[in-house]
Amino acid sequence: MTAAGVPLSWYLILAALLFTLGAAGFLLRRNIITMFMCVELMLNAVNLTFVALAYHLRQVDGLVLAFFVMVVAAAEAAVGLAIILTVFRNRASVEIDEVQALRD
Amino acid sequence: MNLLDVVLILPLAGFLLLLFLPREREQTIRRVALGFALLTFVLSLGLAVGYRGAGEFAFVTDKPWIRSPEIRYHVALDGLSLWLVLLTTLLTPVGILVSWNYISRRVKEFYALFLLLEFGLIGVFVALDLILFYVFWEVSLVPMYFLIGVWGHERRIYAAVKFFLFTMAGSVLMLAAIIYLYTYAGTFDYVELLRLQAAGNLAFRRGEELLLFLGFFIAFAIKVPLFPLHTWLPDAHVEAPTAGSVMLASVMLKMGCYGLLRFLLPLFPQASRECAPWIVGLAIAGIIYGALVALVQPNMKKLVAYTSVSHLGFVVLGIFTFSQLGADGAVYQMINHGISTGALFVLVGFLYERKHSLEIADYGGVATPAPNLAAVFMITALASAGLPTLNNFVGEYLVLQGTAQVNFRWAVLAATGVILAAGYMLWLYQRVFFGPAPESVREHVYDLKRREWAAMLPLVALMVWLGTASETFLPAIRQTNAWILERARTSGEVRVQLSMPREEAKP
Amino acid sequence: MQLWLIPAFPLLGFLLNGIFGRRASKAFVNAVAVGAVLASFMWTLKTLGALWPLDEAHLERYFTWIQAGDVRIGFDLAVDRLSAVMLLVVTGVGLLIHIYSIGYMAHEGGYYRFFAYLNLFMFFMLTLVLAANFLLLFVGWEGVGLCSYLLIGFWFLKSSATNAANKAFIVNRVGDFGFSLGIYLIYTHFRSLDFGEVFDAVSRLPVEAGVGTLTAIGLLLLVGATGKSAQIPLYVWLPDAMEGPTPVSALIHAATMVTAGVYMVARCSVVYLHAPLAMEAVALIGLATAFFAATIGLTQFDIKKVFAYSTISQLGYMFLGAGVGAFGAAIYHLWTHAFFKALLFLGAGSVIHALGEQDLRRMGGLRAKTPITFWTLLAAALSISGVPLTAGFFSKDEILLAAYHHAPWMYWAGTLTAGLTAFYVFRAIFLAFFGAPRGWSYAHESPPVMTVPLVLLALLSLAGGFAPVSRWLAPMFPAGEGRHETLPVAISVAAGLAGIVVALLFYVARPGLADRVAARLGALYRLVYNKYFVDEIYQAAILRPVITGSENMLWRTVDVAWIDGAVNGIATRARAAGDVLRRIQSGDLRSYAAWVLLGSLALLLAIGLAGGGR
Repeated sequence: MTAAGVPLSWYLILAALLFTLGAAGFLLRRNIITMFMCVELMLNAVNLTFVALAYHLRQVDGLVLAFFVMVVAAAEAAVGLAIILTVFRNRASVEIDEVQALRD
Repeated sequence: MNLLDVVLILPLAGFLLLLFLPREREQTIRRVALGFALLTFVLSLGLAVGYRGAGEFAFVTDKPWIRSPEIRYHVALDGLSLWLVLLTTLLTPVGILVSWNYISRRVKEFYALFLLLEFGLIGVFVALDLILFYVFWEVSLVPMYFLIGVWGHERRIYAAVKFFLFTMAGSVLMLAAIIYLYTYAGTFDYVELLRLQAAGNLAFRRGEELLLFLGFFIAFAIKVPLFPLHTWLPDAHVEAPTAGSVMLASVMLKMGCYGLLRFLLPLFPQASRECAPWIVGLAIAGIIYGALVALVQPNMKKLVAYTSVSHLGFVVLGIFTFSQLGADGAVYQMINHGISTGALFVLVGFLYERKHSLEIADYGGVATPAPNLAAVFMITALASAGLPTLNNFVGEYLVLQGTAQVNFRWAVLAATGVILAAGYMLWLYQRVFFGPAPESVREHVYDLKRREWAAMLPLVALMVWLGTASETFLPAIRQTNAWILERARTSGEVRVQLSMPREEAKP
Repeated sequence: MQLWLIPAFPLLGFLLNGIFGRRASKAFVNAVAVGAVLASFMWTLKTLGALWPLDEAHLERYFTWIQAGDVRIGFDLAVDRLSAVMLLVVTGVGLLIHIYSIGYMAHEGGYYRFFAYLNLFMFFMLTLVLAANFLLLFVGWEGVGLCSYLLIGFWFLKSSATNAANKAFIVNRVGDFGFSLGIYLIYTHFRSLDFGEVFDAVSRLPVEAGVGTLTAIGLLLLVGATGKSAQIPLYVWLPDAMEGPTPVSALIHAATMVTAGVYMVARCSVVYLHAPLAMEAVALIGLATAFFAATIGLTQFDIKKVFAYSTISQLGYMFLGAGVGAFGAAIYHLWTHAFFKALLFLGAGSVIHALGEQDLRRMGGLRAKTPITFWTLLAAALSISGVPLTAGFFSKDEILLAAYHHAPWMYWAGTLTAGLTAFYVFRAIFLAFFGAPRGWSYAHESPPVMTVPLVLLALLSLAGGFAPVSRWLAPMFPAGEGRHETLPVAISVAAGLAGIVVALLFYVARPGLADRVAARLGALYRLVYNKYFVDEIYQAAILRPVITGSENMLWRTVDVAWIDGAVNGIATRARAAGDVLRRIQSGDLRSYAAWVLLGSLALLLAIGLAGGGR
């Protein structure tokens, strides 16, 4: 039972919903920017779980991990956006189906 | 930090320095590389002077490297590794000298990799921690892969990949065996392993020892190379640039032979003894087979490569006779083969620089335009064919004498290789150097130049020295072999005696 | 006593000429080469004089060459009566031939190279003779083989010369293979390679009745000797070796190197005396070779080939002598043979020098143009035919007498061979010097630098037999010479004389008779003329199978098809498997993501099925 009376399970359900939304978006959308945002959504869903559980279990580990995830997300955003920018410069498009150079 | 560490680190330092030199200043790069190689060689002479161990390890450095699992930077020198280190440090400057004009593309990378290769090779011979040994083993593999793959001839990619895959296949098995051994003994340290074994705390079940033995053996046998695992060698040699062939034949092949003596015989004596007849069989087959196939090769480098299969058969034969003479001869033969086959590859490289062909049929009458080259080639060919007063004879004599004491029939079979050696060498020589010189040969082939003399003279001098004054080199080898063989012959029985009372004490 | 100086002088000569000779004048080359041999000869004389009468072997140890386990193998030199005889032959005859070569080689290219090789040969030969252990003997043994190779192939532009050189070296290697195995056996059983220690140990053993270690050692050493001394079955290289310059044929392939086998058998006399079977083998091989080579000599037309077969045949005599226990007589014959056979070759060289031709069929009538050559050659021919009081008479009859006491049939075969020998040698002399000129117009006598050695050798061929070599050597070998008998000697002398008379009849008195006889013999003549097709048989039975077998079976089948095929097969399989899995790698990011999702779901499912985190 949390302070505001919101039960833990609600947080977890919300996180699961957010994660599913993110995953579904990642799989279904074709715009790389959108996919990128979906990734962020998933990360934050996980963060929410961490924070909620940390609070629930009165342990600081979850919070630390959440910070980790945020730092990684920031770094990832920087690199990821740079890559997207380069892709756009080269192909004048951000459609994921057109970027398949990894195959070979 | 003792002299050995310096000798080991110096090529690495040279490698790093070369990476920071501007790529356009090729002459500087060559000079720096040669400088480092020569300095390493001069310092390594100090190792020979300072080595006075009676079969003990000298110049020991033992520092922790990785805490868990405990891997140590444990390097040292004994009579077995001493001359192999010197061989490496000698042939590196020779290799650099012969590449001086030969390598014109990517000069910086070439010399950097060459020094890295030297680092790896020296490391293999001095490492006494199994993981460290494995690391050096692989470190030496990578530069050689690039040397063949980048600066080789037409089919270089095929040869480089073949070389890499063959060797990797072996070394993966070796890694597995090393890890398995660790789970057993709890240490990677060679000296510690020996101590455990002597105390009877390293008892394997029979099947286990055999598996461990095979894990190491296959890695070494591929590297030697032992018949029938030799087929990577001719391709690698034919495609490699001259300096690559020299290092490959002279030093890299010795890694396998070294491993056999350093690790297999002392650590797995019982399995070694059990497998010995089979291995001897393969060695003798290799001696005869390599020589016969060499006889009919139309390509000079391939011919020399097959002679290596034959010569290294003698080394393996000597080791697995478990006799003092055989093992002494085997180690001596490692050095001999390094000198004389290295020299042969250098000379073939000289011919290639002149006429851009490795096919014997494209030559003929070279003795007329290049008498000095012909003379040096003759001495080298005779050394390779085992003429007394030149180096190979001493090694072959010791190996065959040791073999004859153990089993005369083996000696009879192996000695046929000596007849064939005269055959392939003289036939090669006749076809390349004798006869009237055709126009194309007279036009392109010139005699030795000063830089080429500088590369060849030390090798020729060593052929004579090794052939006449073997006592400069043999005592150190003898002492080290003595304890290795002592273990290989007896430690199986010792272990049984030691482990019996312990088991009885338990209940 | 500084024995090492004896071989050291020629080695120094070799190094000087080898390194500086190309740029030096001929005078320098001559001075160095001949000077080195002269110094060596003088030092030999001085040494022998100081050690006279050499009742005991004089041994000098220098430095350790190989330490084989606990056995020291050193550069040790020793001189005793046996090696003293060899030393005199090698340095003495060697000196004369060096001098002769100055004239003979005067117009050849590679002058310095020739003399450098010749000096190197002297070094190795003297090492061989002076060696005090088996391995050092082997050094000299292989070394002279090397020089023989280099000198046979001296005219390396000719493929016949380089082929002959290769053949000589490789056939010798076959012999050396046996020799080295013999050495290994000796080491294994006696733990030493020193002559003194080994022979002491052998002499304490009982005489072997059947085939034992000593017999094996004796036979293996004999294999070595048959290679070096051109005996059946390894004699085939010597006739071809005549491709080399004639002084080489005289020095290496007549007087010195080829006698090394005889020297070695004599050196190991103790071993052979303790292994009667091996000794019998020596005698049989010697006798067979003597007869067999003599028959071939009857039909050859190349003057050097005739003498080459004669050398093989005479070496066979020496082996016969050693094999029937007359080691002293064998060395005695070695001594006289060195003179008359060197002379025969040098004389032949003089004829070749005069004509530029070595086919007997295109000679004839040279007697007037080259008188010195003729008379000296005649002296040699008389000597080899065993005409009484010449050098050959003494030594040959001693061997035949010993054979007579050993087994009379051997004596008769030897006597028959003596007759054949006299016939073919005089056939060559008559064909070259008598009758009318056949196809040459200009000939000249050789310069004094060549004829003086000829004359000196002629004197030695005639009078060299008065040196009591075998009696002097008698203390070294157990007495087995037996009584002297007149009848066998008379018969063998008669055989020699008969040979001369028949040759006179065939080639001087009734020219044309020889051809008619040859035609009458038909197939037999062709068989002998073609040297019994031995070369062809070796070619077909050994050489060709080895080459084609190596190429087609070993290389192309085993190496390329089987081993590489197997490796490449594995690689192809791996690739094929990879090809299937590669489909997953579509490059489509969202399909990767779907895989990841599926994978994690599967993982979760698996964990759940396995009972969760608990």
